[in-house]
Amino acid sequence: MENLYREIILDHAREPRNWGVLDPADIDYEEYNPLCGDRLRITIRIGEDEIIDGLGWSGEGCAISQAAASMLGEEILGKSLEEVKAWTRDDMLALVGIPLTINRVKCALLSLKALMIGIYGQKIWDRMEMEDED
Amino acid sequence: MTNRSGRDLAEIRADFPILAEEHHDGVPLVFLDSAASSQKPQAVIGAIADYYRHTHANVHRGIHKLSEAATAAFEDARRKVRRFINAESRREIIFTRNTTESINLVAQSWGRSQLKPGDVVISTVLEHHSNIVPWQILAEEIGFTLRFLPVREQGQLDLAEYERILREERVRLVTVAHVSNVLGTVNPIAAMAEKAHDSGALILVDGAQSVPHMPVDVRALDVDFYAFSGHKMLGPTGVGVLYGKRDLLQAMPPWMGGGDMISHVSLDGSSWNELPYKFEAGTPAIAPVIGLGAAVQYLQELGMEWVHAYEQQLTAYALERLSEVPQLELFGPSAAKEKGGVAAFRLADHHPHDVAQLLDAQGIAVRAGHHCAQPLHHHLGVPSTTRASFYIYNTEEEIDALVAGLYETLRILG
Repeated sequence: MENLYREIILDHAREPRNWGVLDPADIDYEEYNPLCGDRLRITIRIGEDEIIDGLGWSGEGCAISQAAASMLGEEILGKSLEEVKAWTRDDMLALVGIPLTINRVKCALLSLKALMIGIYGQKIWDRMEMEDED
Repeated sequence: MTNRSGRDLAEIRADFPILAEEHHDGVPLVFLDSAASSQKPQAVIGAIADYYRHTHANVHRGIHKLSEAATAAFEDARRKVRRFINAESRREIIFTRNTTESINLVAQSWGRSQLKPGDVVISTVLEHHSNIVPWQILAEEIGFTLRFLPVREQGQLDLAEYERILREERVRLVTVAHVSNVLGTVNPIAAMAEKAHDSGALILVDGAQSVPHMPVDVRALDVDFYAFSGHKMLGPTGVGVLYGKRDLLQAMPPWMGGGDMISHVSLDGSSWNELPYKFEAGTPAIAPVIGLGAAVQYLQELGMEWVHAYEQQLTAYALERLSEVPQLELFGPSAAKEKGGVAAFRLADHHPHDVAQLLDAQGIAVRAGHHCAQPLHHHLGVPSTTRASFYIYNTEEEIDALVAGLYETLRILG
């Protein structure tokens, strides 16, 4: 149990980084987790050389989905769109870094899904899901 | 050729508990009706019982251990099916109730949203009703044209007519059985798919009589949709599969609404879940799906090349023995290598129900009637046939028993 709710997860869940949506934003996208109804809205500003120089998000969800969003935001702020595009499901699961059972994987991936679809559209996410799953 | 597991026929038969039962008092069972529904090995029966005894909970939304375990087992079965037919992704594997529902899914989702008046859908005379009626219902509603390819003397499709229709008419879909459930004809699916695609049409294949009996690779065949049933391939009733190419499935609207198939629901509207769940509304047949996974594993342990080779050997023997029976007329291709493991026949002018009844009294289970293929029987000029069908657990001795049973039937009926 402590594995799942490690201190770093609880820390991000209690004090989410980059909380609050940006207005105006270059990207503003909301995604849902059909399994539990969690909601995650992600907003991004894109600066020179396609660098993400502003990011804010809000949402409702379990500690894992909220912590994952917080960790992802910290990770990609200051990165280029090209770097973000190379992210995979496995990168995201490694970032969250806790053992997840089959029904909880979606919680950890919700923010990545919102980010990818928000920036690049549905197709890239469909492809990521297809590539990563047998 | 020996099977991959290295086990002999007696060992395989011992895996199927029902085969050891007496059919009538003192009369052993000779089961020659697997084309209708196969028997189940202990591996499948046990997988279902174990699931209910140890693992059962609803799938996909649960956080507790049982729901996680049930979800993992359910999705593991989907992966097994994916590998079995060589689909690209498990997301292309949609669980339905059976082949019929898989075909109806394509009709109601792809067909209803894509077909327009003046379009043409090609089916064939040798189809099972499940690949005729869904299209008739939709054609009536939409006003597209349904064409049926004729069959030639030995049950082969008229491919010249196929090419003519593709060339001259606005064909959007070709929907055809891989193997006929009556004649056993094996249709040239890869070639038909290529020609359909050259004309801009899609192809849907009814694989109910092929997937249980031969290696099937949906990517090598390059089919757009492929439908089959669990219960004809050693699995339980209540589960079937629709394979579809991802891009097509992705673009298709759902056909049933409910739980599990949504992404987000509000009273103003809803959005759809990702594949394959968009097409799996409501609690699925969890135990049958897990049973199907066990059946796939069982077949793969034998190896589908062996399954196919063994059935061809049995079919060749059956065709040879049946041709000795006086007044017996066989339908379909005369060479075993050109057909699936079925033998449909007429015995003199006796009604197939009487033939089947007298065979049953001798412990031999065969099917009699039109086998859900009335248009084909109309073409053959007979109202019905008697059909013996073969699977991995059948033996040459059982075919001898069938032949002896037919002689006895002739003696009684005259």
